[in-house]
Amino acid sequence: MSSEAKIRLEHVEKRYHGSSVPAVEDLSLEVHEGEILVLVGPSGCGKSTTLRLINRMIEPTGGRLFLDEEDVTTVDPDHLRRRIGYVIQQIGLFPHQTIAQNITTVPRMLKWDKARMAERADELLHLTGLDPEVYRDRYPKELSGGQAQRVGVARALGADPEIMLMDEPFGAIDPITRERLQNEFLRLQAELKKTIVFVTHDIDEAIKMGDRIAILGERSRIMQCDTPERILAFPVDEFVDDFIGAGSTIKGLNFERVGDLRLGGYPSVRLGQTPAAGLETLRASGRDWLLVLDEENRPVRWMREDDLARSTGSYVDEGEEVRVRLDADDTLFHSLEHMLQSSAGMCCVVDKRGALTGVVEMTHLRRAIRRAQVEARRHYEDLEDSA
Amino acid sequence: MTQQTTSTLERPSATDQAPQAAAPPSEGFLATWRRLSLGLWLAPVGIAALIGLLYVYYQGLDLENAVRQTGSALRWDTKLWPQLVQHVQISFWATVIVIAIAVPLGIVLTRPAFRRVGPYIVAVANSGQALPAYGLLVLVAAGLGMNARAAVWAFVVYALLPVLRNTMVGLDNVDRAVIEAGRGMGMTRLQVLTRIELPLAVPVILAGVRVAMVLNIGMATLAFLIGGGALGVTIYSGIELNQNSVLIVGAVLVAIVALTFDWLGAVAERYLRPRGV
Repeated sequence: MSSEAKIRLEHVEKRYHGSSVPAVEDLSLEVHEGEILVLVGPSGCGKSTTLRLINRMIEPTGGRLFLDEEDVTTVDPDHLRRRIGYVIQQIGLFPHQTIAQNITTVPRMLKWDKARMAERADELLHLTGLDPEVYRDRYPKELSGGQAQRVGVARALGADPEIMLMDEPFGAIDPITRERLQNEFLRLQAELKKTIVFVTHDIDEAIKMGDRIAILGERSRIMQCDTPERILAFPVDEFVDDFIGAGSTIKGLNFERVGDLRLGGYPSVRLGQTPAAGLETLRASGRDWLLVLDEENRPVRWMREDDLARSTGSYVDEGEEVRVRLDADDTLFHSLEHMLQSSAGMCCVVDKRGALTGVVEMTHLRRAIRRAQVEARRHYEDLEDSA
Repeated sequence: MTQQTTSTLERPSATDQAPQAAAPPSEGFLATWRRLSLGLWLAPVGIAALIGLLYVYYQGLDLENAVRQTGSALRWDTKLWPQLVQHVQISFWATVIVIAIAVPLGIVLTRPAFRRVGPYIVAVANSGQALPAYGLLVLVAAGLGMNARAAVWAFVVYALLPVLRNTMVGLDNVDRAVIEAGRGMGMTRLQVLTRIELPLAVPVILAGVRVAMVLNIGMATLAFLIGGGALGVTIYSGIELNQNSVLIVGAVLVAIVALTFDWLGAVAERYLRPRGV
């Protein structure tokens, strides 16, 4: 692992008074600058406790904690926390303060001047998608759950901390709003590049939000810590496999892009060519479906042998219309979805002008999955060898 | 793909709207009453009416031809007014001292380090209220002498509980998540207390103060028992002389003081309540 970890936990332990087993046992973890590390695990595994050890809301009973390679295990915890943004599921906005006052909580403690704080509040409201004119002087009870959590995030960003800790921030929000907040947050993060530790119990949220995921077992033991792609392709043990649950292969397709596939040519006929010519091409290829292209090379219809036999040559009524055209940035997950909807079982990929660049077939997906699995396995074998 | 994303982006706007603050068009009588706190502004009218009635009654009394003691007991400048002032002073100081003791004590007892002793202290305060008022007065007078100061301290013991209990309840009722968020952002314990917990507990603490105040005004009528003066003197004279006019004037004056201060308490509760809560 690299030595320039933004956050580093070294053999951290939390043992509660009068309890024989520690809540967190010998945890070592590194979070790199600008990444989102997701801590995910079953209820009671200690993931929230682990998060709270980082800003010392819970004091570790053993081990060391480093921020920017500075040992912060024993510094004043209040000052430490002012450097770290903190978002919790219950949000905890101060009900007797306006939205702007809530957002400037940390700047006020750092004694910023008034004008700078007002400016910062407006900037953050803007950033989190709330109109400052409308919201700055409102009180928290006037907000919906989604809006309140936006303010929660804005407040955590108040003094522009480099590190953010987020404890199930979208856990109590309805699924539709949650998805929207997740997307917005990822967009925000692409811009802000904070170092974030994010706790969730939802593996799908972990896969979506995480640059890396640490799957935690009992007493916060790290069962596997890696990119979501690798975890999905190669769960190291049964615990991780169970936790990811069914459909890990399909979820893994979310991380593969159509543009990365090596697609070969596909038998086709052009508008204007006779059905007989098409039939010949189809038979020569040995496939079930023939693709009809227009003058600009854009895919129009799928045709089977008997469609071509019936065809008068206008290619309008027979076969199946090509409804969806993917581009290089689409994921294999979307490709699969459309392949399952089409009777041809294939999906056309086009360039910006709409001209065909390839056809995704089941074998391509199978090959991509296989490749990801082999790569992940090889990665772990290399790790073992070097260890 | 793009189409799907936009559709999920647009759909939730309805669910993500802030609850509308505007009142529904046809507001019920009770809602209007509550919104404008009409009760709060009707109380002074009632109090003024009571003062008016007492004034008319008082003027109607034929003090010149009354029994000598009755005439003397009902003199405004030498009896009623000084007693009224004393009554207010005793209740006021008792309440102030109660606040000065019970609020800090309530704060200390809700801190983690002292949380465990809380129930015991509340039990002690509880027994203060359970003591017979007369016995308490006599006990305190035995220590501090027969005067108004002793009366004040007796009432302090008596009225401590409501303020102490409400301070503790008010602080305990502050949402843990709000405190957690404050601590998590680097507020010190003191900052969390002064900027978050106390402002949010103010309505509950004030309710306790109001109870203590009204209690003290009622209790102050007993101050005369240990030479503390106040309006109890007049009421007692009315009983002793068997003169209803004296009794009525004294009792109604106490009622006016109690109602006035209760109303002031209600006004304070309404205007000291933090906005947004």
